Amino acid sequence: MADLTMTTEDSTPAPLLPVRKSRLAAMRESDLAFSFRSHPSAIFAACLLALVALTALFAPWITPQDPYDLAALELWNAEIPPIWNVDGQWPYLLGTDTQGRDILSAILYGSRISLIIGFASVMVALAVGLSLGLVAGYFGGWIDNVIMRLGDVLLSMPFILIAILITAVATASLPTGLKDVLAAPILIFAIAVPSWVQYARTVRASAMVERKKEYVQAARLIRVRSWRIMLHHILPNCLTPILVAATLNFGLAILSEATLSFLGVGMPPDQPSLGTLIRIGNQYLFSGLWWIVVFPAVQLCLIVLSVNMIGDWLRDALNPKLR
Amino acid sequence: MLAFLIKRGANAVFVMLAVALLAFTIFRFFGDPVEMMVNEQATQEDRAELRERLGLNDGFVTQYTRFVTNAVQGDFGISYRNQQDVMVLIGERFPATFELVLVATVISLVVGIPLGVITAVHRNSRLANALQLGSIVGVSLPSFVVGIMLILAFSVSLGWLPAFGRGETVDIGWWSTGLLTPSGRAALVLPAISLSTFQITLVMRLVRAEMLEVLRTDYVKFARARGVPVGRVTWVHALRNCLMPVITLTGMQIGNLIAFALVTETVFQWPGMGLLFIQAVTFVDIPVMAAYLMLVSFIFVALNTVVDVTYAWVDPRLRDDAAKAGGANG
Amino acid sequence: MTIRHLLMASAAVATLAGTASAENVLKWGANRDIGSLDPYSYGDSFTINVLNHVYEGLVRYDADLKIEPALAESWEILEDQVTWRFKLREGVTFHDGAPFTAADVVASLERVSHETSPLKGNLPAYVSSAVVDDLTVDITLNGTYPLLLNDLTNIHIFDKEWMEANDSLLPTDIGSGTEGFATYNANGTGPFIVESRQPDAKTVFVVNPDWWDEPKHNLDRIDLTPVTSAATRVAALLSGEINFTNDAPVQDLPRLAAAPNVKVLEGVDLRTVMIGFPFRDTLVSGEPNPFKEKAVREALYKAIDLELIHEKVMRGKSRVAGATVAPPIPGYVEALDTLPGYDPEASKALLAEAGVPEGLEFEFNCLSDGLVNEEQFCQAIASMWSRIGLAPKLDVAPRAVQTPKRTQGKTDIYTLGWATLPMLDAYSPLLQIFHSKEGNSGVFNWGGWSYPELDGLIQQAGMELDVDKRLALETQALGIVKDEMIMIPLHQQPMAWAVTDEVAEMPLFPDNKPRLWFAQVAE
Repeated sequence: MADLTMTTEDSTPAPLLPVRKSRLAAMRESDLAFSFRSHPSAIFAACLLALVALTALFAPWITPQDPYDLAALELWNAEIPPIWNVDGQWPYLLGTDTQGRDILSAILYGSRISLIIGFASVMVALAVGLSLGLVAGYFGGWIDNVIMRLGDVLLSMPFILIAILITAVATASLPTGLKDVLAAPILIFAIAVPSWVQYARTVRASAMVERKKEYVQAARLIRVRSWRIMLHHILPNCLTPILVAATLNFGLAILSEATLSFLGVGMPPDQPSLGTLIRIGNQYLFSGLWWIVVFPAVQLCLIVLSVNMIGDWLRDALNPKLR
Repeated sequence: MLAFLIKRGANAVFVMLAVALLAFTIFRFFGDPVEMMVNEQATQEDRAELRERLGLNDGFVTQYTRFVTNAVQGDFGISYRNQQDVMVLIGERFPATFELVLVATVISLVVGIPLGVITAVHRNSRLANALQLGSIVGVSLPSFVVGIMLILAFSVSLGWLPAFGRGETVDIGWWSTGLLTPSGRAALVLPAISLSTFQITLVMRLVRAEMLEVLRTDYVKFARARGVPVGRVTWVHALRNCLMPVITLTGMQIGNLIAFALVTETVFQWPGMGLLFIQAVTFVDIPVMAAYLMLVSFIFVALNTVVDVTYAWVDPRLRDDAAKAGGANG
Repeated sequence: MTIRHLLMASAAVATLAGTASAENVLKWGANRDIGSLDPYSYGDSFTINVLNHVYEGLVRYDADLKIEPALAESWEILEDQVTWRFKLREGVTFHDGAPFTAADVVASLERVSHETSPLKGNLPAYVSSAVVDDLTVDITLNGTYPLLLNDLTNIHIFDKEWMEANDSLLPTDIGSGTEGFATYNANGTGPFIVESRQPDAKTVFVVNPDWWDEPKHNLDRIDLTPVTSAATRVAALLSGEINFTNDAPVQDLPRLAAAPNVKVLEGVDLRTVMIGFPFRDTLVSGEPNPFKEKAVREALYKAIDLELIHEKVMRGKSRVAGATVAPPIPGYVEALDTLPGYDPEASKALLAEAGVPEGLEFEFNCLSDGLVNEEQFCQAIASMWSRIGLAPKLDVAPRAVQTPKRTQGKTDIYTLGWATLPMLDAYSPLLQIFHSKEGNSGVFNWGGWSYPELDGLIQQAGMELDVDKRLALETQALGIVKDEMIMIPLHQQPMAWAVTDEVAEMPLFPDNKPRLWFAQVAE
């Protein structure tokens, strides 16, 4: 009984009762679609995000330069201002940095890194969190204890601190060659580690409720494998809060990556993400080279803003209390 | 109640031991402490002798026990970089971080609560929608970008406020405060604002959600029916009922703010614990990193435990649940 | 409770009043903090430079960088040619009031040349010292050696009794798990006294009213604040939070010069920026090391567009260098200051001839807190090398992280800046960098090269008391360095200081060291 009240982070709704899946999905789809159409901010955010994602995805084909190819950088072209300035030069629409790196290309490639790291870290956290949460809730006992205690420990250290420690330890103990190759995976891991607990707790609560239900007991009796029960019956019931949390965490993950890179423990300067670009540009705040820092900062804010707007809308749209 | 207290306390101790294990593992296995301590001319024998003297040849459990015993006594050893007692280093920086977090918290309450009330009361009005949108912008702006923009605007262009440091400080016992001097207060403004942006939106959203609930209750409806002025109902009767969650959130967020202050401190070169930590990270100064991790986690765990215990004391029904749920999250 | 509050308040007022009475304050924003208050615990020019305001040597450089007496009034070389006798200044006291005597000099020399001292390389010829009488001391060297005075300018003198009382006779041992007393406390004879220190935050120096010399400065206090971010340093200067910086970022000089209240002081530093090659058999990756071959080093040299780096990265403020020492340094000759000529095609041909595989990977180790715009010129050079078909792996990190890799041969190509300090003579890089690594020689020979002919010349120069003959030997040795391209020079880096109009007088020295005992603030 007590387990019912267990989700302390619950601003998300309690799991809905199991209804037949197809109907439920259909209904939600239509509701969602309707809600989406009536929210101009959500439409705006979705278009913006789509634009960013597409330009980032096709960056190699639309940018004038590969900013990660050292041989392509030409110091002669350093510090060219944006094109609308008298000294601007084609094709450097947003100007170049102090190494002659095209800012627009760097931003698109940087967005690509930011999006990939954000997305991948959410996926890793989801995969880990969902499986551990299911296992903990379904089996209970010492497994549950171990997993949840581990979660407690992780949650008792601030998110940003864990991420910094992981990246710092990893980068300081790896040889230079590997460090460059592994920079992105390390960041993904560092951001995923402290964030899986939230998913695990949500799923666990739901699993604990479900496993006592008759249909699960029945399924067990007819020897349906436990992972099938979990996958087909328990998981769908907590997808709504998970989806909202994952969307909002996507924004948070992008922010975290940028923050780590800004602090100098994230992506290295020769494969800059948006945070790295801002860190480098920050040194030139006073030398009139404002475009090096302002454009990446704007792009970063736009990405996070659109993700958060979608997440916010999703939460309201899926929350029955607020309808 | 006693059983609950013991349970909760044991949980906190367990968590701290686990954090200590992590800190110790980093301390011991990440980089070779001996290599960091000796100078370049040291011979192989020097190194071996130092290794023995530091007890690095003992078993893992022995070393861990020693680490925990020392940590409990506040002994984290000597900083590799400053060659100074780590706890003294951190202790000197603590007031700076604490004051920054305190002021940021006050700002977030003073700004966040009224905004939350307004958006709840005038739900769906143009103002409320604008504020709601503003709050999304608030959580979306990275705090270092906010900091850089504030410096650009108020220090560089307008020249109103200092861009770095703490200004003049005054020592009261071991505590050095910047709150008592004009330059100290001026220096606090920009960092505190930049640290509080995220927190303001949190408070605002929480107050809004709580107010929406409270405004629907019979209690408020009765008050209105009795002819109490609307303003008074909202700002006194209704608001009073949402303060408890706000205070809880604020209390639990303090640990997060202390950790997140490290970003603000980096941007503003604020001489607090966070800046010390970031410098320790770049210089691989492991003792400082380990001590900072332990200290911040301790504050975190302590605050959460206090919040849980207070809640359980107020509402006995929670005792059983809270004990099961383990540490509340941040 | 109330009484305690009152007490606190009065304590607060008292401290406030204390700070308000100091009028002439130099607010110095440096790009980094000093490592320690103990000049011997941290072999680093900047730390020693700052602590020179507190501690002094037996001799010092004057305003024209000529050696003049300081704690020693006179000296002579005794008949055996290896013992130097110093007559000490009378009536000098340490900050704690203790008198300065010959015993202090001996104790200090023993401390700095102790085998655990990171600074022992700064006094290479030292063998022993002895008290003759209270104000006379003999220093014995391992042979005839012309540069002892230059070395002694930066060997700071401690008080023996103070060190004894505080268990600091030996350099700080971090391994013991306790703080060294001298790391956190200072007691020198210099023009300023350390009032307080918070590492990485603020160190306050106040004037020493009992200084033995006639002060040329008018300062009451120096606040040293490390402001690591270049942009913040500029902002702080523009807003008047600091009134002096010894590191104004070159990219911000136009902006600073345009500000009405700021004056920029520019010059070319004595520091020559060089790139060093590994001479070990294999690279860090385990591949065979092609840089042992001179032709490959030459290829990398010719691939660097020195003029372009000078113009773009250093903003025309550096001096492109062909020699490994700067023109003002004794030992420099113009004939060695020639450039190889930028020729990437020739580089490619050289690489092909030497059989260097296309896309050869190697590490390129740079500091993020080292030389002027180091990160940028390293990136630029990495991109230039990429264009001749190599694949440099740029590794940029703080000095504290990189130094162990460099000294232990765990990297390939690296940067090094050398200003010949404190010696101000070409003998300094020859002995410390280019000599084979043995004993006190070749401490910075990180690549591990060894040229017996070169070693011979350097040793000869180190024993030659005739200045002209010595310089000729040094020039000859520098010629070998240049011919063999052991290290390739890039430029002498620019130095730029900036002061606000609160500072009336701030002499800029070519060794880039602030000497604030010559500074004046506007009254």
